[in-house]
Amino acid sequence: MEYHLQTPLKKEDIKKLNVGDIVYISGEVLTARDEAHSRILELDETGEKLPFSLKGAVIYHCGPLMQQTENGWKVISAGPTTSGRMSKMTHSLLKAHEVRVIIGKGGMECIASEMKNRCVYLAYTGGCAALASKLIQEVKTVHWFDLGMPEAVWVLRVEDFGPLIVGIDSNGNDIFGKVRERAEKVLENRKR
Amino acid sequence: MSLKINPNNFIWSIVNLLRKAEIELPEDVKSALIRAETIEENQVAKSQLQAILKNIELAKNHGIPMCQDTGIMIFFVELGTEFHPGFDLEAAIKEAVILATAEIPLRPNAVNPLTRQNSGDNTGIGIPDINWKLVPGNQLKITAAPKGAGSENMSALHMFNPKEIEHIPNFVLETVVNAGGMPCPPLMIGVGIGGSFDAAARLAKEALLEPLYTPMNSFEEEILEAVNALGIGCMGLGGSITALAVHVKTAYCHTASLPVAINIQCWANRHASVVFGGEE
Repeated sequence: MEYHLQTPLKKEDIKKLNVGDIVYISGEVLTARDEAHSRILELDETGEKLPFSLKGAVIYHCGPLMQQTENGWKVISAGPTTSGRMSKMTHSLLKAHEVRVIIGKGGMECIASEMKNRCVYLAYTGGCAALASKLIQEVKTVHWFDLGMPEAVWVLRVEDFGPLIVGIDSNGNDIFGKVRERAEKVLENRKR
Repeated sequence: MSLKINPNNFIWSIVNLLRKAEIELPEDVKSALIRAETIEENQVAKSQLQAILKNIELAKNHGIPMCQDTGIMIFFVELGTEFHPGFDLEAAIKEAVILATAEIPLRPNAVNPLTRQNSGDNTGIGIPDINWKLVPGNQLKITAAPKGAGSENMSALHMFNPKEIEHIPNFVLETVVNAGGMPCPPLMIGVGIGGSFDAAARLAKEALLEPLYTPMNSFEEEILEAVNALGIGCMGLGGSITALAVHVKTAYCHTASLPVAINIQCWANRHASVVFGGEE
């Protein structure tokens, strides 16, 4: 199935998605990777308010390549980064915030049960940063630039951002996990 | 004989070399990806390979880096013993990296390993990483091989017992299984066997620069076949093509040692070379 979703997202928007479905997203997407995740969790702990809302949000695991021009920031190249690094921090993130979609590459470990009825993981082809940059209409703003260009939180306006493949759905299914299990079995058999 | 080159021209040649490496994939890598797309039967994996091919064209046509992770800057320099540039090559390469970061542009990726403070220009202690080799002749050959973190992070090194030679293929397979979709397969796998702890890693990295049309020996073929039998596929979404090539490089090692390093390379095996001098 193919779906076109508009942000901010409601639970109903994502509950209908199944692994293998194709999704396109329009609206607002926030980039966040290692350092931004740490800072979000730090602020959550001290009870401080975030400078952006994560309600119904789409988090994009991406450290974009940006260029400052007279008219503000311009996206040069903006593909997904390895989501696996954010696996642990995502557990806490999903408990504290109503993030509905995470976009990244490579899948995430032990997260499918945490995502149940809450969030979906959408895979964008790794390395396809030139392609992705053409789907970003505007850089709305940047937060936490002190973390450096790749680690800052960039608020992007996108239109039909995709094709994204549902890698982990909200029913506990995980394509990456399944592929990995099968690969482990092949390796075990070989070692015997 | 002294082969003088203009330092300013040299710096701009290196900027252009980096530009080429970041924007245009070498022909052999591109051909291998086209072939993979033709062979792959898994429809999801096929769609991912098609996106990769589209991305390669777009990056080339628009002159933009194919991946936002423009990597850390790694250079392999072959300096002819009869080539005398007359200026500090290392300083010039560093200056070229700073210029390239602003001009191409490149994402500033270099950070202090402990404070994680970004230098902002892709330089810092030990970066760019320049590997020097003295060779006979009057040429200077520089290869730029920017390397992203996604695949580099999935690499591995193990000091084996010399009696464990037959474990080497499984070590490669374990590394690939642990990596799953994270290093952006289809991969190229560089294996360094022998040398020392650090020399093995360098061999593995050099193996990634070998052209993909270089015929693989039966050891490499066997490992490649076993890797592809894992079914990880493009981006770890399942499929028959997880790697495009396995290249092994060896060096003599201590009689009590067997160092084995595996350097994982994503589909974007970016590198380009330039040659200076060579004429009378």
